[in-house]
Amino acid sequence: MAKYLGKRIFYIILTLFIVSTITFFLMKLMPGTPLTNQAKLTPTQIHQIYKQYGLDKPVWQQYLVYLGGIIHGNFGTSFQFSNQPVSYLISSRLGPSLIIGGQGMVLGVLAGLVVGAVGAIKANTWVDTSATIISILFISIPSFVLAVLLQYYLGLKLRLFPIADWGGFMYTVLPTLALAASPLAETARFMRTEMVDVLSSDYIELAKAKGLNKVGIIYHHALRNSLIPVVTIIGPLAVNIMTGSMVVENIFSIPGIGEQFVKSILTNDYPTIMGLTIVYSAMLCVVLLITDIVYGLIDPRIRINK
Amino acid sequence: MENEKDVLEVRNLKINFNTYAGTVQAIRDVSFDLRKGETLAIVGESGSGKTVTTRSIMGLNSPNAVIDSGTIMFKGQDLLKKSRKQMDQIRGRDIAEIFQDPMTSLDPTMKIGKQIAEPLIIHKGMKREKAYAQALEMMKLVGIENAEQRINNYPHQFSGGMRQRIVIAIALVNYPEILIADEPTTALDVTIQAQILDLMKELQAKTNTSIIFITHDLGVVAGMADRVAVMYAGKIVEYGTVDEIFYNPKHPYTWGLLNSMPTMDTGGTELPSIPGTPPDLLDPPVGDAFAARNKYALKIDTEKQPPFFKVSDTHYAATWLLDKRAPKVTPPEPIIERQKHYAELVHQEIDKSKGNHVEEQEEQL
Ligand SMILES: Nc1ncnc2c1ncn2[C@@H]1O[C@H](COP(=O)(O)OP(=O)(O)OP(=O)(O)O)[C@@H](O)[C@H]1O
Ligand SMILES: [Mg+2]
Repeated sequence: MAKYLGKRIFYIILTLFIVSTITFFLMKLMPGTPLTNQAKLTPTQIHQIYKQYGLDKPVWQQYLVYLGGIIHGNFGTSFQFSNQPVSYLISSRLGPSLIIGGQGMVLGVLAGLVVGAVGAIKANTWVDTSATIISILFISIPSFVLAVLLQYYLGLKLRLFPIADWGGFMYTVLPTLALAASPLAETARFMRTEMVDVLSSDYIELAKAKGLNKVGIIYHHALRNSLIPVVTIIGPLAVNIMTGSMVVENIFSIPGIGEQFVKSILTNDYPTIMGLTIVYSAMLCVVLLITDIVYGLIDPRIRINK
Repeated sequence: MENEKDVLEVRNLKINFNTYAGTVQAIRDVSFDLRKGETLAIVGESGSGKTVTTRSIMGLNSPNAVIDSGTIMFKGQDLLKKSRKQMDQIRGRDIAEIFQDPMTSLDPTMKIGKQIAEPLIIHKGMKREKAYAQALEMMKLVGIENAEQRINNYPHQFSGGMRQRIVIAIALVNYPEILIADEPTTALDVTIQAQILDLMKELQAKTNTSIIFITHDLGVVAGMADRVAVMYAGKIVEYGTVDEIFYNPKHPYTWGLLNSMPTMDTGGTELPSIPGTPPDLLDPPVGDAFAARNKYALKIDTEKQPPFFKVSDTHYAATWLLDKRAPKVTPPEPIIERQKHYAELVHQEIDKSKGNHVEEQEEQL
């Protein structure tokens, strides 16, 4: 297990290295400059600013400086907020994003499992059909549309939750719901397919032959076997949540990294963009590692060895 | 029960399936008995209704099945009238089943000890320890080595043959009256197949369980069954003791099955299979369903279904060829060979009983 972990962590570092390299050079290729008021500046002023941020050096030198910084957890200084180190910017904004992202993920997956399982157990009845319709709706409605709808109806009309801003659990409810919709739908669809499969398998037939009743069959045999494959979609769902959060955080004015990411792109704040890209990649790598470990733990056919 | 020895009596069973294409008449008036401790083989080509018949004994037919008529009497009660809950209590306790493919019949995520103990926990309300202890005994009984350690293994840690032993252990752990085995060895290779069949016979001798053994391989039947029922297109067309079916078959369909059975002599050579295909059960033919494939078919075969004709007390066949008015036909060569062998068998039996008789008399003297 330790050896396996070591190997995986090595690969994560390698991945992050490649990601940072690619983002670095992509940033260099991007059109536009970080100076919003370039037209008003004299060439000397521009040169001075470039020098301050090390942009006057050759690209390969900038790259080495950049890599050296990352190793020490230093992503440089934000262009947008002149004196703020990117690492501080990110760490101070990570909390809200992790909270709504995490809540959205847990809610989406759990509700999705229930909806999917019920759909499978009641396959081809009106219950199943309704579950499918809900899934299709949630998959096809973009999260920003859902966010605005939630904001309008639950926030503005019914005044159940704050419309926007940050400050306690109530503020997390609407963004969590907006983020949860898509993972819910994906999980439900996946779970339904898996469970329909499992319920028609030979070992369920054998469980019936043992005299196990319907509840017993589902509880003792069907659930666990359908749940295992669902673990494999957690990674893609995490990506889903991360991209969703960029829009949702903006709509609800949540001071998170998603909101920051969008802002940074709009202002060509290269160091922040690069820093956030690496943070997102790192989060995804960790999620994938955890799901693989969990998969190995719950599926006896897969044993993580060496 | 008509016969004291019977543990199960199926009478006039008719089962239809509602499908989009129409009503499939899968079981068309099937009756048979199962005696205490015997093995009854049901043989027939694919689609003849073997599985549907046994599924209805288990009360596990698919939702689109309609029991048109019939009774399945077990311990004086009609299983077809039982509620789902009542059937849950009978399955796995009084009637158990083993399936064709041991690679997929076990829950891949549950330790086998638990899977074997499950029927004890469900039906006898046993505590975990006691159920596991009994599961362990069962594992030893079906020949799993190192049972103490292996009880904590998962199915993927066993070979196909071993898995089928585990499935058998699950089925027999409650010592059921009836064991249904639906092609239990088809998925196994030949040597393993023989071992599993031996195990089943051995356990049957110990437990006195009655077995319904389904197969389309007559070769397996010879060493396994006491009696054989031959099914075709949702009907039983001939039934009798193993010797009667193997050496004195009367129905042309049974002839065809026997001729396509591999034997020592035929070895690897190509076997003649019965030409043609079974009829469409959406719209079964009026007369004998086998007529279209039967080169001995009479005119009446296309008009009227044949009743059962008695060959002996234990042997019946539904073919017009047995009618008094039917012309004499010569069966295929290999069947004649078999009948000669049968004649010898019968003689030996008679001699033996005479011999016994003589001995008895001598003792008396
Ligand atoms: N759920 C169902 N819906 C419609 N028709 C069915 C259904 N189940 C079985 N049948 C039909 O009933 C007939 C008998 O099927 P059955 O499975 O009993 O055959 P079998 O003798 O067991 O064949 P095999 O040797 O292939 O297992 C077939 O014609 C089959 O198509
Ligand atoms: Mg079958």
